[in-house]
Amino acid sequence: MRTGEERKWEILGVVSSNCSVKGPKNGISNGTLYKKTFIEHFEQAPMYVAVFTFVGFAVGTIFGYLRDFMRAWGLEKRNIAAEREQQKDFVPLYQDFENFYTRNLYLRIRDNWNRPICSVPGPQFDLMERVTDDYNWTFRFTGRTIRNVINMGSYNYLGFAETDVNALKTVTIELKKYGTGVCSTRQEMGTLDKHVELEKLVAKFLGVEDAMVFGMGFATNSMNIPALVGKGCLILSDELNHTSLVLGARLSGATIRIFKHNNMQSLEKLLRDAIIHGQPRTHRAWRKIIILVEGIYSMEGSIVRLPEIVSLKNKYKAYLYLDEAHSIGAVGATGRGVVEYFGMSPDDVDVLMGTFTKSFGAAGGYIAGKKGLVDFLRTHSHSAVYATSMCPAVAEQIIRAMKCLMGLDGTTQGLQRVRQLEKNTRYFRRKLHEMGFIIYGNDDSPVVPLLLYMPGKIGAFARRMLEKNIGVVVVGFPATPITESRARFCVSAAHTREMLDTVLNALDELGDFLHLKYSRYSKSSHPELYEESRLELED
Amino acid sequence: MAAGVGQQWVLVEMVQAFYEAPAYHLILEGILILWIIRLLFSKTYKLQERSDLTLKEKEELIEEWQPEPLVPPVPKDHPALNYNIVSGPPTHIITVNGKECINFASFNFLGLLNNENVKSAAQASLKKYGVGTCGPRGFYGTFDVHLELEERLAKFMRTEEAIIYSYGFATIASAIPAYSKRGDIVFVDEAACFAIQKGLQASRSNIKLFKHNDMADLERLLKEQETEDQKNPRKARVTRRFIVVEGLYMNTGDICPLPELIKLKYKYKVRIFLEESLSFGVLGEHGRGITEHFGINIDDIDLISANMENSLASIGGFCCGRSFIIDHQRLSGQGYCFSASLPPLLAAAAIEALNIMEDNPDIFQTLRAKCERIHKALQGISGLKVVGESFSPALHLQLEESCGSRENDVKLLKRVVDYCMNSGIALTQARYLEKEEKCLPPPSIRVVVTVEQTEQELDKAASLLKEAAQSVLN
Repeated sequence: MRTGEERKWEILGVVSSNCSVKGPKNGISNGTLYKKTFIEHFEQAPMYVAVFTFVGFAVGTIFGYLRDFMRAWGLEKRNIAAEREQQKDFVPLYQDFENFYTRNLYLRIRDNWNRPICSVPGPQFDLMERVTDDYNWTFRFTGRTIRNVINMGSYNYLGFAETDVNALKTVTIELKKYGTGVCSTRQEMGTLDKHVELEKLVAKFLGVEDAMVFGMGFATNSMNIPALVGKGCLILSDELNHTSLVLGARLSGATIRIFKHNNMQSLEKLLRDAIIHGQPRTHRAWRKIIILVEGIYSMEGSIVRLPEIVSLKNKYKAYLYLDEAHSIGAVGATGRGVVEYFGMSPDDVDVLMGTFTKSFGAAGGYIAGKKGLVDFLRTHSHSAVYATSMCPAVAEQIIRAMKCLMGLDGTTQGLQRVRQLEKNTRYFRRKLHEMGFIIYGNDDSPVVPLLLYMPGKIGAFARRMLEKNIGVVVVGFPATPITESRARFCVSAAHTREMLDTVLNALDELGDFLHLKYSRYSKSSHPELYEESRLELED
Repeated sequence: MAAGVGQQWVLVEMVQAFYEAPAYHLILEGILILWIIRLLFSKTYKLQERSDLTLKEKEELIEEWQPEPLVPPVPKDHPALNYNIVSGPPTHIITVNGKECINFASFNFLGLLNNENVKSAAQASLKKYGVGTCGPRGFYGTFDVHLELEERLAKFMRTEEAIIYSYGFATIASAIPAYSKRGDIVFVDEAACFAIQKGLQASRSNIKLFKHNDMADLERLLKEQETEDQKNPRKARVTRRFIVVEGLYMNTGDICPLPELIKLKYKYKVRIFLEESLSFGVLGEHGRGITEHFGINIDDIDLISANMENSLASIGGFCCGRSFIIDHQRLSGQGYCFSASLPPLLAAAAIEALNIMEDNPDIFQTLRAKCERIHKALQGISGLKVVGESFSPALHLQLEESCGSRENDVKLLKRVVDYCMNSGIALTQARYLEKEEKCLPPPSIRVVVTVEQTEQELDKAASLLKEAAQSVLN
């Protein structure tokens, strides 16, 4: 692929010889554990970018203090909602400084988030036009719709968010039959035959013994991790894990230790220390050690180093909990997730967890694994006892999407979608690299973060892309480190080549206008002048 | 040139001073310099790494360590493994495990699960939006139906603003930690449901339990806190206080004494969070919940949280209150910011259900009448006692006398439930996580009343329960 070119990639967490790697190291990635090359980039921006980012935040902060001062002294109108008169002598509900960032920095550009749409979140959607008369304090809908905005923000990896009548035929039937609610919990009167059907299908899809489904992806983590681990257990969690994993870990009462993102040396060190020294102070042995990782990290676009983690976990007898929220359906030759992507068996992972929101166009989550594990969750999961089960129409959508992926509906549409996503991802990433943007993450991940760095560019980028009829997602502090604000694109199988080209052209223009092309390793913005075939003609 | 000469002179003076210094001085300085050099080059060591284990011993420890199995084995006859499977929709006539029964177990209070208008509203939404929203609210997951539902709920409850969550459990479990942080104090009723307990655990605040519905106990705790405050007024000025209660308790079927709570609120300056999952769409003249039932100004309650999975027969939950309070959750409610939004077809169904509730305010009176009827009919069953208010649609039937262990009680109640199921009344036991609950309620049978049940069916259920109790418990 890229062997003929001279590019230098920084790869995070190169595994040293302390790890149990059998066989010689070869290539850039680590030895015989990986069946294909594993290339990830996390290029650092030039120093002046970091300086200007801090300057930007400093200016924003100074103005924030100035405005707060003016508001406090009545020189400026207060637009914020206030406490009731009768409750003015209660302890204040919010500390002023907690909201400083929200009031003064987030508020200036908050028109780029919570944009309401009024159509299906497919590859194109319709946005409701929203204007503000008072600098983002309040919004007003003009009543107009911005039509056919290219959607680069929704998690629609396989394009199952569709309204095609044929595709939704079974969902319509089930909705008519079952209605929308269930009104009971799984253990009481809420287990419908649809749930049983869905669970069998999920287990078959993933190649495991049994599976259990839940009504909300976030709640799947926060309600099941406490059931699996408790006091006296150790949780080793990746630095960049999702809030639901962090909340589940905290609610469990176990001890939590963080290892550096995707860094196997850091993980191994923690494992060794934990087993050798035991629990802090008492030095009793840990009851169990569980490693929490995600398949694809949605803010970085990086893929977990599964083969190395599995070899570590086998050596140190820990358990692995893999959250495939973004990777199920999106990677792997037939869409089975990171386990298939690395050519491993689902038995290597103890707890396979995922959500149906992203690749299946529905809602909810699942946990799959050995029968003993799932039986335990059926009896002890918080969700099974206290939370309503999944809506049957939503379950039917998942069933039909999964059948399509598995080819059980008689067509090859599922595989086509997976292949199309793969092609789109590679094309999009390659073009962005060539243009000179700094992109994070693995080459095969459909989540593409494009680094913006400076706070002023966040607002400018999102607004100008909307003017060009493209909807993007931008993220800043506190979801990302303060200097690494980014725009995040989610490539979908439903995007056509024309749509991607439109977006790429717009990005090219905007990149030049806003000076976003920080990469030091790219060619110029006219890659066609450097095609290899032409080079070979020169002597 | 002159500077150079000057410097030379200083150098000569220095060398002279060196020769003239006493010996002990020089030796001392020399030792100090050597010590500094040694400190600079020695490795700093952390207390943790200071282990006297050799590499071989470490490898042995790693070899020897055996973890527990990931999950303990579950006995095959665990009651939760042999759950009831419902074929088809869980409506008024429900097919449980292949047998048709009358449904007394699903929280479908207003019978909206099978309502044709609700279903067609959901169908229309499905045609327009598909199923999922493919994103959280902040990233193109906000649909116009969500905004409409929030407006409608706020208008219905007569508050300024409402916020929707995509899962009922997550609603109160995300709302509480958004306001109450480490160091704050929360007074909560003992019989609070599990979702509230998880919300409190996530908030890491100080929890003070007061006896169920016991205002004297709550006042005692508040007074104790007041004396504490006087000892440390600076800390008291920044410690937030909350009372968390439910409108209609799921675990006991009775209501909280809201007027007294309001009095305590203003006397001791605590904020009230009210959880109205069971009372929304049940209590009050128009179904607005317990505030309407008692005729209290809704602005006196700081936050009302409810789930849409009972009366509204949809999925999800909402919080409503003043904008000052609700708007905060849009950035700090974890279940709101980090989770995909509610599928639009469920939001459309909820809007339609709300329309029906507004257009037919007499269903609430009908529901209450049915509740009273069955409450009266279930009195006097030997061996079982009715727990819950007469107008509560979710009652509990507990054993009058426990037979020793919880396990045996559960088995006995199961036999009663099976007897009723075989004769065509679908009932269920109330399920709890025995090890996780703070105050575990005794085992009980849940009896749920809906508007769709006819008077004959109510009477049939009551007489069947009497029979079952007779045959099983005597």
